[in-house]
Amino acid sequence: MNDAVKEMEPTQKLKFYQKGTFTVGNRLVSEADRTVQASIERSNAITCGHRACQGCGEALGARYVVDAAMRATNNNLIVVNATGCLEVFTTPYPETSWQVAWVHSLFGNAAAVATGVAAAMRVKSRSEVRVLAQGGDGGTTDIGFGCLSGMFERNDDVLYVCYDNEGYMNTGVQRSSATPPAARTATTDAVGDEPGNVFGTGKNVPKIAMAHGIPYVATASVADLHDLERKVTKAMSIHGARYIHVQVPCPLGWGSASHDTIRLARLAVESGVFPVFEAEYGVITGRRKIRNRVPVVEYLKLQKRYAHLFKNGDAPRLERLQKMADRNIAEFDLLSHEGNV
Amino acid sequence: MPQHPFAITLDVGSSLANQTGSWRNERPIYVDRLPPCNNACPAGENIQGWLFHAETGDYETAWRVLTQDNPLPACMGRVCYHPCESKCNRADVDSAVGINSVERFLGDQAIKNGWKFEAPKKESGKRVLVVGAGPSGLSAAYHLRRLGHKVVLQDAGPKPGGMMRFGIPKYRLPREVLDAEVQRILDMGVELKLNAKVDNIQETMKAGKFDAAFLAVGAHIGKRAYIPAGEAAKIVDAVSVLRSMEGEEKPLLGRKVVVYGGGNTALDVARTAKRLGASESIIVYRRTRAKMPAHDFEVEEALEEGVTMRWLSTIKRMDEGNITIEKMELDKTGFPQPTGVFETLEADSVVLALGQDVDLSLLNGVPGLTIKDGVVEVGPNMMTGASGIFAGGDMVPSERTVTVAVGHGKKAARHIDAWLNGKTYVPSEKHDVATFDKLNAWYYTDAPGTVRPVLDTVRRQSTFDEVVSGLDETNALYEARRCLSCGNCFECDNCYGVCPDNAVIKLGPGNRFKFNYDYCKGCGVCAEECPCGAIAMVPEEI
Ligand SMILES: Cc1ncc(C[n+]2csc(CCOP(=O)(O)OP(=O)(O)O)c2C)c(N)n1
Ligand code: SF4
Ligand SMILES: [Mg+2]
Repeated sequence: MNDAVKEMEPTQKLKFYQKGTFTVGNRLVSEADRTVQASIERSNAITCGHRACQGCGEALGARYVVDAAMRATNNNLIVVNATGCLEVFTTPYPETSWQVAWVHSLFGNAAAVATGVAAAMRVKSRSEVRVLAQGGDGGTTDIGFGCLSGMFERNDDVLYVCYDNEGYMNTGVQRSSATPPAARTATTDAVGDEPGNVFGTGKNVPKIAMAHGIPYVATASVADLHDLERKVTKAMSIHGARYIHVQVPCPLGWGSASHDTIRLARLAVESGVFPVFEAEYGVITGRRKIRNRVPVVEYLKLQKRYAHLFKNGDAPRLERLQKMADRNIAEFDLLSHEGNV
Repeated sequence: MPQHPFAITLDVGSSLANQTGSWRNERPIYVDRLPPCNNACPAGENIQGWLFHAETGDYETAWRVLTQDNPLPACMGRVCYHPCESKCNRADVDSAVGINSVERFLGDQAIKNGWKFEAPKKESGKRVLVVGAGPSGLSAAYHLRRLGHKVVLQDAGPKPGGMMRFGIPKYRLPREVLDAEVQRILDMGVELKLNAKVDNIQETMKAGKFDAAFLAVGAHIGKRAYIPAGEAAKIVDAVSVLRSMEGEEKPLLGRKVVVYGGGNTALDVARTAKRLGASESIIVYRRTRAKMPAHDFEVEEALEEGVTMRWLSTIKRMDEGNITIEKMELDKTGFPQPTGVFETLEADSVVLALGQDVDLSLLNGVPGLTIKDGVVEVGPNMMTGASGIFAGGDMVPSERTVTVAVGHGKKAARHIDAWLNGKTYVPSEKHDVATFDKLNAWYYTDAPGTVRPVLDTVRRQSTFDEVVSGLDETNALYEARRCLSCGNCFECDNCYGVCPDNAVIKLGPGNRFKFNYDYCKGCGVCAEECPCGAIAMVPEEI
């Protein structure tokens, strides 16, 4: 790089780089401004040969999260994993894809086991070793919810990450309390008066986590790697109970093309279906603004789990889904471009 | 057999043993698609390729990549009508990349820093005569010299540059710039002979022991039209007016100048007349503004400078101090028809800008040539019907622009080189064009184009200072970085980052990436998320 360019650098915002501002890496910015994933030195916490489906969003999301957490903790990390796809596709006995200290517990107790690991580290005075618990939406929002709430309430020193693919994918796509309305699953068939999952059910765990008043809660998307890594890094700089909820598209369960995984995650964010924000001690401190707003149908129509809405031209339900996104946009202030991005 | 703990029967193994590549039915491959700008450039420049270097601030490498195709970037960055920009994919995001302005910046950097062309590594021993030192001849001379041939560049005029000097006004192309770029070509060892009109090509070739010749004499004869005129009427042609601007005696056109025609030359003369002090400079054209062959931005600039236009008018006659024009109207086919309505305009002189003819006298007696519509026919290899005599630029059938001429020079040089070696030059096959739908525009930030500062109108009316000024370092870098790198990997690491299977291997700066087909499942996420369309999915043979 020549001198003139070097001189200009301090005044240049990342925005200056017209291409690669949103890409994983960028040869025009310093190594420090690139993502962990751009580095040849990334730890590749889940290595090749795992048995996730083609285009698996969960495999991708988990590698993003764990690699960033490993970078943030200088590899002093123990991961506790609930039962679910993430455990099954990485670790069919006796093989494993994990390149990190990794414990598999049960479907419902990852948060409790992680609390125990953190306690053990404290007893052994290994303050440098940090604990990350992770699981699917079923393991988090349903069966593991009691353990998780306990971990929050006691403010245990654990980062819990939920990979939300909006259903029990590992056992054949059953409904969970994170399955969105109208989505078809094996247990919410697209038949009858209310085809697919019923409107007005389910729970919003990021907001419930915030209600515990814990130090840090965030949502993140595999479509915005810079934002996701920043949040994991920030979470690892904090002690106490922390929670990150990552939406991870599932080609098999959603009936989408394997190449559309990141595109779907992006459309979920850009339509307002999946609001991306962060909160400290129960108060929202940041939101990722929508760049190019798209109607919800753009997101829905790429997924066969919503095909019934289009086959019969179900305008009322499409309308309700659009309203839900509109409400997210209003509630989290996702459109106006003042304030934090 | 190692001892296992209770209930454990197998050793722990890595999933690397499980080669998931066997699941694949499509495989990703890296491709280089043809950027639309490169595809549109008549000089065949690798625009995306040189912008790639310019955007890191390595202007010298950028200039070296650029000049592999075109030796005149400082000139071209001023006079080219940049068809590249009309095809730029960035226009679909916000506005086209200012390719032409970055080219000019690189050309000016080269002049400022004294960057030189390298002399050829070895001499071929062949001699090539280039007739005409305009853009086409200069380009051919440069490329032939790079290929190791001895080149003699011969021109009828007193100075090199052809129409770039004797046709294009100074306010569009300052002569120092032209001189510097010509000198750099001569410095490679090209011999220049001036005031040396070739009267008979065969004789000149024989006398100089040339193995081949490239003719690019241009079209310097202004077309005349019959206009009934009184004794004292002053009717001149545009080419002579523009040519005399380069001499000691500036043309005397009077206070009221009428220019007849609607092409770029008409505008050049009208704008020149203004600068020479004419109080009125009027363009008379028989069709509408929309039908004018001149480029719209030049019409706009001329209007800003106070040039006036009489569309749908023809000149019927000229008398002392005035002309008679007839109003026209377009018929159903869009052709102008007389209306019988006449008008008188004051005029001290009429300049005819009705097109140019080629002086083909040097070809007299050469057998095998085909001459049609006043120009010489050439084959796909730029060779005329006479073996060893090639031709290009305005004297062959084509669009008459500087850039097309430069392209001809390069193309002819490659064919001449092959011909001299008893071979045929076969251009490498063109890649698919990287059209906008091949890109993932999400990854590009909005960044509007840089507007080049334009000299204020007042100064333009009285001086021959350059009208459009260049970019400085900051905005040139900014402009270069607006390039989307269509169809060519720019090492953004997206494929490396987004693969759920870690099946992309990063090879380090400048070396791009490769796929690890042992583990790639063929999901296609990498291809979908590649910003610039440099990954294609192809069916796996099963
Ligand atoms: C107590 C218990 N009940 C049921 C199961 C069967 N089971 C294994 S994984 C799974 C679903 C996991 O869903 P989720 O947590 O959303 O993870 P995903 O597979 O979708 O990533 C179920 C029901 C179990 N392992 N343990
Ligand atoms: S993202 Fe990975 S697995 Fe998918 S096609 Fe590309 S290299 Fe193969
Ligand atoms: Mg799930």
